[in-house]
This record gives sequence, C-alpha cells and structure tokens, in this order.
Amino acid sequence: MNSAASARIRLKGMLIKEGLQIIRDPSSIAIAFILPVVLLFLFGYGVSLDAKHIPIGLVVEQPDTNTASLTGSFSQSTYFTPEYFHSIKAADTALKEHKIEGIVWLKNNFSSQLLNGQTPDIAVLVNGVNSNQAAITQGYIEGTWVTWLQHYANLSGHAFKPTVELEQRVWFNPALNSRLYLVPGLIAIIMTLIGSLLTSMVVAREWDRGTMEAILVTPLHINEFLIGKLIPYFILGMGSMLFTVTLAIWQFDVPLLGSFWLLLLSSTLFMLVSLAIGLLISIVSKNQFIAGQISIMVTFLPAFMLSGFIFDINSMPEVTQLITQIVPARYFVAILQTLFLAGNIWPVLLANMGALVLMLIFFAIIVRKKSTNHLE
Amino acid sequence: MLQAIWALSIKEFLALLRDKRSRAVLIGPPLLQLLVFGYAATFNLNHISVAIYNEDQGEASRQFISQIEGSPNFNIIQYVSKNSDIAPIINNKEALMLIHFGPNFSTNLQKNITAPLQVILDGRNSNTAMISLNYIRSILFTFNQKWASEHGSKSLPSTLQPRTWYNENKQSSWFIIPGIIGLITLIVTLTITALSVAREREEGTFDQLLVTPLTPLQILIGKALPGIIIGLVEATVIIIFAAYWFDIPLRGNIGALYLGLLLFLLSAVGIGLMISTISTTQQQAILGTFIFMVPAVLLSGYATPIENMPEIIQWLTYLDPLRYLLIITRGVFLEGDSYTLLFPQYWPMLIIGITTLATTGWLFQKRVV
Repeated sequence: MNSAASARIRLKGMLIKEGLQIIRDPSSIAIAFILPVVLLFLFGYGVSLDAKHIPIGLVVEQPDTNTASLTGSFSQSTYFTPEYFHSIKAADTALKEHKIEGIVWLKNNFSSQLLNGQTPDIAVLVNGVNSNQAAITQGYIEGTWVTWLQHYANLSGHAFKPTVELEQRVWFNPALNSRLYLVPGLIAIIMTLIGSLLTSMVVAREWDRGTMEAILVTPLHINEFLIGKLIPYFILGMGSMLFTVTLAIWQFDVPLLGSFWLLLLSSTLFMLVSLAIGLLISIVSKNQFIAGQISIMVTFLPAFMLSGFIFDINSMPEVTQLITQIVPARYFVAILQTLFLAGNIWPVLLANMGALVLMLIFFAIIVRKKSTNHLE
Repeated sequence: MLQAIWALSIKEFLALLRDKRSRAVLIGPPLLQLLVFGYAATFNLNHISVAIYNEDQGEASRQFISQIEGSPNFNIIQYVSKNSDIAPIINNKEALMLIHFGPNFSTNLQKNITAPLQVILDGRNSNTAMISLNYIRSILFTFNQKWASEHGSKSLPSTLQPRTWYNENKQSSWFIIPGIIGLITLIVTLTITALSVAREREEGTFDQLLVTPLTPLQILIGKALPGIIIGLVEATVIIIFAAYWFDIPLRGNIGALYLGLLLFLLSAVGIGLMISTISTTQQQAILGTFIFMVPAVLLSGYATPIENMPEIIQWLTYLDPLRYLLIITRGVFLEGDSYTLLFPQYWPMLIIGITTLATTGWLFQKRVV
C-alpha cells in the first residue's frame, strides 16, 4: 500500500473517532446550537442599551398651571415614566432605593419667579452609578425641557427659537436599534466558543484520560492528528455560524447588505484562527481545567470586551488599544458589522481580512512548532 | 465529623493547588483581566473622530468648531470640501461623525433665523453613535445659550441645573469595575466547583468517595468550602485593586459588602456543584457552566441596564445571583449603602444557594442508593 493511501485511511479513522465523540457527548452539539439560540434571544430581545420609560421623580413644591405644563411635557415623553413627589426628601429616598433614576425639582417660588420675569432654577439630580445611563437620562431631561421652553414661549406670546437646530442622520442604522449591531457581533462570540474553548478542551481531554499516549504510539502522523482533530470542530463551528446567520436574518430582521460569500470566506478565516488558538492552548496546558480557564480568559472574554463588540476601541487607553490588535475577534467583529449593516466596503474588509490571514499564518506556525515539541 | 469534612476540603485544595500551572491560572489571569478590562470597558468616548464640512464663511461656524476642538471627547481628523467626499470617510471608518455647516449658517444666526446643523454618524455601532450624538447635543446646548446671551436675544425663561450623584463626573469605570468584582468571582468559583465532581466522575474516583464513611452532606460541604474560600480570597484581591489602584471610592460598609459576597459565593458554589453533579465529564461541566454563565452575565445588569429589558426577561433576572451582587458592590462602593438598604438583595441569594445545594445533595443521595 502506498503511503498516501495509508495516510488517508489513518485520517479517516481519526475523523470517525472524533465524529463519534461529538455525537456521543451531546454537550458539544449543545454549545454549537443551543447556546447560539440562547444568546441570540437574549441579545435580540433582552439586552438593550436603548433607554425608554426611565422612571424619574418630579418634585413640585407648589403645583399650579405653570408647573403642570412642565410636568405635562415629561408625562407625554415616551422616554420617561414620571412619579410625583411633594417634597425633595421623599424623592431622595426613592432615588436611594433605586425606584427612580433621576429627580426634576421645581421649588416653591418657581411660578412666581417665572411670572416676574426672573429666571427660576430647575434642579436636576441624576443617579450616576451607571454613568452611561445617567448621561442618556440627563440628555433626555434637557431635551424635554427645551420642548417645554418652546411650548411656554408660544403660550406667553414671545417667540422662542433655539438658534441652532440639530439635524441628525445616522447611516446604516437610522433608528439606532442596538439589536442590529449586537446580533452580528454575536457570531464572533459563538465561533470563538466553539473554535477555542471547545477545541482546547477536546485535545486536553486526551492527556487527562491518558489516551494521548495511546494515540502517540499509533502510526498516526502529527499532521494527521491535528487535521483529524480540527475538521470535525471546523464543521461544527461553520454549521453553528450558518445557523446563527439564518436566525439573525429571518428571526431578528438584521439586514445582510454585503455578500454572503464574503461572509463565508471571512468566517472560514476566523474559524481557522480560533481553532489554531484552541489547539495551541490545549497543547500547552495538557489538562482540561487549565485549558478551560485559559480559553475563557484569553479568547472568550477578550472577544466580548476587547473586540469592539460592546465597548468602543478608540476610547480605550493606548496600551489597551495595542492589546486589542492581537484579539482576532476585533477584526472579525469589524467585518461582521460592515458586511451586515453597510455592505461590501472593500477598504474595511480587506484590511481586516488581511489581519486575520496574518494571524492565521502566525498561529499555524506556532502550533506546528509546539506540537512537534510536545507531542513527539 | 468536622475533621472528615476538613480532610476532604484539604484534598480538594491539593487537587487544585498542587499543580504549579493550576495555581498560576487561579492568580494570574484574573488580575490581568481586571487590569485590561478595568481600562477597556468604558462607555465614555474620548477620541470620537470627526470630519468637518464647512461651507460657511462666517464667525458662528468658527466658534462652534473651536468648541469641538476644545472638547476632550472629540478629535477633528479632517476637513472636507465637497459633498462627494462625505460617503467614503464614513464608509471606510475614517471618521465616526461628520459635521456639516451649510453656506448660510452664520448669516442665518445673525438674522435670528434658526440655522440647521447637519450631523452624519456611522451607526454600525449604534451605542457609540448614540453617545456621540449626546455629546454633540450638549455642545450645541452650551453654544445656543452662549450665542443667545452674547447676541442680545432675550434670556431663557428658566435654567437647568443638572447634578449627578454618586459618580459626579460620570466615569464609566466607576460603574464597570465594581461589576468586575462580581464577574471574575463568578467565573473562578463556577469553574472550580463545576469541575470538582465532574473530574472525579471522569477519573472514577467519585465512587470511591461515596463508599468512604463520609455522608453525602459532608461530601457536599467538603466540596463547597474550597470554592467559597478561593472565591473570597480572589474577590478580596480585586476589591483592594479596585479601591487602591483604580481609586474607586469605597464609601459604604465593608461588612455589608462581605455579607453579600458570602451569600453570592454560596449561591455560585451551589450552582457550580449542581452542574458538576449532572455532568459526567469535565467537558460537559465546562460547557454547562457556559450555558449558565453567559446568560447570567448578560442579564445581571453588568453592562446593560436591567430596566431596559422587556418585562418577561426582567423577571428572569431575579434567578440570577450576579444581579444582586452587582447592586451590592456598586451600592457599597459608590452609594455608601449599609445592611438595611441592601437587605432586599441578601435573601434572594440565600434562597438560590440553599435550593441549589439541597438539589445537589439530593442528587448525591440518589447516586449513593
């Protein structure tokens, strides 16, 4: 028998073994198909940065028609669910107990000052613990106040005009719907889980169970071993990706403006990089506990926090920005957001795909080196 | 009896700490995470790249531009001179925002006619777009007030005096870092405990453990203790870093924080052991941990507020122990909370802890018989 044919047979055997292991342990299938569904539903329907119906307290010390017109602007706004208080003390307590997020306080001389042509102060207190939410709440309060100013000016006869008016155009996502960018980004997270976490555990398991020695004494070549390990998880990861994309488009109405083939190509690249990292972790750690911990820390969490998936990379400190350069998910998230929401924008796609190709070459070389050292 | 439990705990500690790499994994990565994420996880944007297309020759647009230049949030990267230049700049991510002053911007303002200011944003990340929009709105707000007072139009009939409590400068690190305490503690304790029973199952030593004189309850306590102790140590290190390295103000009662932490660890260990007992292999245990942990982090209010979620999902968050701990860490650090105000957060974690540990005990029993 020639050597190519026997290599084929050995590889086939390895693939059958790995395939059987995946089918017999339903947890791999669960992570490829159940976790994406859970994540998509959470991100698609649950998690949102778009604040609506913010509970705020309106403290009116002396209610009359003027205060009523101002508080009316708040109750008409869809951004707020106002609750009325007669004293600042009661509102303070509610703020401390997290029942309201902010307070708008009209003191007892509000109307008299207003009518006398003096300028009454309106105190606004916002709970700043969640700084982002606080900024949004404060912005909405300011907006509502400006609306009231115009309304009041019309009623009292002298026209009030805001001097400069903002005309905003948000491209790619005019309604600022956070689901449209979170759902594509999720594909990167899910593929990282399968490519790195699952794969690193699988090879480490052979060491834990002592079956690695058994494999090493077979005629199986090191390359055949690596390829045999990778192909089943590559298929699992790509299957999961296609499944996620299908749900994203048909269940969550995320538009795919770019080319599907480019999506497939860049996903393949990213999957290979993830697999290489997963293999590297397992070869170095040789133990499922350590492999699991390392994969979470160096692949899953960075994909979540350093990829631009949620947090803006340009606002991070320089050092952290440098670290994000070695997070493969960063490039893939940029590709996903562009392909889904903006279309085939070549300068963005080429730069990021180029980075993924470089990372693939880099990790492939290291894996090859490490595996010859550790496995032979 | 106590001795027996302690002996089992020591065995568990040894299994975890005997190996140099396992020790390193427990100490190094969490600290690295804290440092990297402490700096990375920010919703404050500070270098929003702006391109400007100014068709106006007048003074008003110059004034407005100088206000943008003076703001630490914006970074003007380019001036454009024709309409067709706009699309590539936004498409290719060269600038996040383009501000367009029309040809009559200054003249309109001088004549007291409302002047439009066109802002085009890259909405690929809608959250960043929304925050940037908020920043430009507040610049516009100051600009309008200044312009009105300098150019003789009637002053506004009232003024707004905004103040922010607990986090006066609205720094998002003050919000995120107390959250990281919960996040990292959860990850470490869950993985330790989830693997503890599964590892013995996979290696076949669990049956040996069951035939020892230890009762299932004693095994349970012996398995739970190391997770709680390591979790406490890990959390303490992060708390010290948060207070002294990141200078997050620690305004409340430390005891109230630790009571919350202890109850949280009880529930985390309970969940970890339950996953571990259901699984037969370590791989199943790790993946089970993930299927629990990822939603638990997302629904905890760590990055996105619970109030923004639909009502049904808000109900689901009550099952998530991290939800309660985050209110406690942020409450104690920033709001200066004490026991009484935090009581509503304590008892749900106790219930989760007792329920999960009891279920695990019952599962042990089932295996014994």
